[in-house]
Amino acid sequence: MHQEYLVPAQDFSVAGVASSNLKRLLKQLNIPPQTIKRIIVAVFEAEVNVIAHSYGGRILCDFEEDAIQVQVIDTGPGIPDLDLAMTEGWSTATEEVRELGYGAGMGLPNIQKSCDKLSIYTKEGDHTHLTMLFNLKEEV
Amino acid sequence: MKLKDILACVDGKLVCGESHLEDEVTRGFASDLMSDVLTILEDDIILITGLSNNQAIRTAEMSDISNILLVRNKKPSQSMIDMANELNISLSYTAYSLFKASALLYQQGLKPVY
Repeated sequence: MHQEYLVPAQDFSVAGVASSNLKRLLKQLNIPPQTIKRIIVAVFEAEVNVIAHSYGGRILCDFEEDAIQVQVIDTGPGIPDLDLAMTEGWSTATEEVRELGYGAGMGLPNIQKSCDKLSIYTKEGDHTHLTMLFNLKEEV
Repeated sequence: MKLKDILACVDGKLVCGESHLEDEVTRGFASDLMSDVLTILEDDIILITGLSNNQAIRTAEMSDISNILLVRNKKPSQSMIDMANELNISLSYTAYSLFKASALLYQQGLKPVY
């Protein structure tokens, strides 16, 4: 099964709508609650990142019997220094984003902790592509 | 502690989510940073925060948090109340600071997450 969600740039009024819809779907699929929490924390962080830092993007979910793969693909402008971006507390979020309660520099570290496998393609001037894998088997 | 006892302890007022008053709340987490909230995997917690906007409700939804206490007399907007009602999350507020509300609740036996 495949599901896609669009994420607009800079529109915080819809921040979390895609993650909320995905959460509803995961519940319908009878995914264990603790697994849903891991998936949703990671996807919500990624969704907020797309809104705060990119020109917009998409969330692509592929459901297999023993795993769920979630790809978050934005349209740029890419992350100049991924190692810094993966550092807890490091953030390039604007003051406006911080006032909304985001931009603590925990987004990518939280994503990494929440998923079983994470790979990131990014390049300054290009786009960012996160691929997250969540195993289902051992928690069923 | 039940939510109704938490509200009595901090002189809090419930804005919406009356059905949660009998909820058993085990732990409290106080933060204005939503990414910090998202690190919590425990259930049955109350979020104590000075962040009075829709993002606080949305973050609570993602973290399976059913009860939010706003501090420093930050009354929720109608938009927050609508969202909380839709997501079955209780919203309350207290005039106390984040520090005072947390300290009083800790004193009464509400456990910390960490």
